[in-house]
Amino acid sequence: MQWVDGNDLAGAVRELFATDLTVARGRCAACGREGMVAEAHVYNRAPGLVARCPACEAVLLRLVRAPDRAWLDLRGMSCLEFPLPAE
Amino acid sequence: MAVVTRGFAGRGRRDVNLPPGQYLTDDFPVLSAGPTPRIALDTWQLGVTTESGQRHAWSWPELRGLPSEEFTVDLHCVTKWSKLGTHWRGVRVETLLSDVDTAGDYVMAHSYGGYSTNVPLEDLLDGQAWVAYEYDGEPLAPEHGGPARLLVPHLYLWKSAKWLRELQLMLGDEPGFWESAGYHNYGDPWREQRYWGD
Amino acid sequence: MTKVEAPTRALLWRVATIAEIREETISARSLRLDVPGWPGHLAGQHVDVRLTAEDGYQAQRSYSLASDPSTVEITVQRVPRGELSPWLCDIATVGDQFEVRGPVGGYFTWSPQRPEPVLLVAGGSGIVPLMAMVRARGSAESRVPFRLVYSVRDPDTVIYAAEFMRRIRDDQGLDVAIVYTRETPPGAPRPAGRLSAQDLGAMGWPAQSEPACYVCGPTGFVEAAADLLVAAGHDPQRIRTERFGPTS
Repeated sequence: MQWVDGNDLAGAVRELFATDLTVARGRCAACGREGMVAEAHVYNRAPGLVARCPACEAVLLRLVRAPDRAWLDLRGMSCLEFPLPAE
Repeated sequence: MAVVTRGFAGRGRRDVNLPPGQYLTDDFPVLSAGPTPRIALDTWQLGVTTESGQRHAWSWPELRGLPSEEFTVDLHCVTKWSKLGTHWRGVRVETLLSDVDTAGDYVMAHSYGGYSTNVPLEDLLDGQAWVAYEYDGEPLAPEHGGPARLLVPHLYLWKSAKWLRELQLMLGDEPGFWESAGYHNYGDPWREQRYWGD
Repeated sequence: MTKVEAPTRALLWRVATIAEIREETISARSLRLDVPGWPGHLAGQHVDVRLTAEDGYQAQRSYSLASDPSTVEITVQRVPRGELSPWLCDIATVGDQFEVRGPVGGYFTWSPQRPEPVLLVAGGSGIVPLMAMVRARGSAESRVPFRLVYSVRDPDTVIYAAEFMRRIRDDQGLDVAIVYTRETPPGAPRPAGRLSAQDLGAMGWPAQSEPACYVCGPTGFVEAAADLLVAAGHDPQRIRTERFGPTS
């Protein structure tokens, strides 16, 4: 099963948050690798979107979209760092 | 409802015999939450673990030595495709549980690669579920869950765990991979139980 | 390295109306869209496109924006047994409507404020977001040095061929090299073959120039090209990739 990169999540997450998750930096809760969400391995041929750590393939994030709701599970990442425009 | 696009017809088609919201497909889509595990048959094992930690395990030759049957079932995926009349060979789950002493009412199916899904024990008995290892007369391909997968056709296909490794009996119910991320805990396609609260 | 946008509202699906269609090759077509309230975008971003049939069936795919920030245009390659591309390439006409969500993706973007030279490596339809960067550069009259290496199967599959010819002539500081993998035009100096280290050495920037590298195309192409760039000494931190996943 081939993965695509974290860019693929951008649209789905932008429905939920006003900010771009793909340029946020996170740490894999399983192996500690730090990187941008855009660098994750995303499996998008599934009942939901699954982003996995590029180093250890542990699940970083899951997103399930129903017609009128969505669920975002971020337990696979500890602490996200979001860039903001400098004031 | 979303804006309808003139002249666009999806690949699937509606059918009166399908559960609500499903579309009939001719191909066999491959869906996966992660990389396809490649498991060598000489190290492959299927385990059944009880709530007290007792474990029964079968090697590949041992699984193949159990009484098996050919069966034809319909598949319904929560992503809306249905495939009717699929042919398999496998071992009934109740065959694996026949010597197992348990008070558990729930099962967590675990896959190689880390996937999991929960099913009430009674839904795996009475000819409702199999450990399947042949599809359409051929050994089950890795992308469809081979060497062996769980098959529980009366529930949405995410309950039919691919790359089956373990059936864990539990006293209390616990949500698996998709059940803890928004999908329905039980998943009956005929009552359209796709998501939490449906 | 990343352009930071100020947080705005969350994005919803919006109706897009096809305003203009341009056939690029026998298998690729560009569609210019009218999307009321379009907030503008950065070169390299994409949109998610959703088609809904009368019976409610929905299919969704992502397409890179091909245009500079002043218009909304996508270029679609027809994929055999694709979900959306057969409709977009063969049936869609001006006036037809579907839904888009975007623009999205802040990782794989370029804007003219960035001073360093740029190396673009495209495989097949991976040219689309890189063309958005070339067009953005042109519209901004930027002089940032750009080198594009574009790998295609054969001369019939070169998208934007005429526009590249014009831009090489008119846009100062832009170099475009086309690499053919299966069949070359008559008299081509380089024989057909996959992109190699030698090609990137001859047509790209050396590592000492410290270019920003953008690689886009099918997964296999992107991995091979990114490996070649790293082997040539480019800092992996300066290489951004966008993989177009399995087709259909």
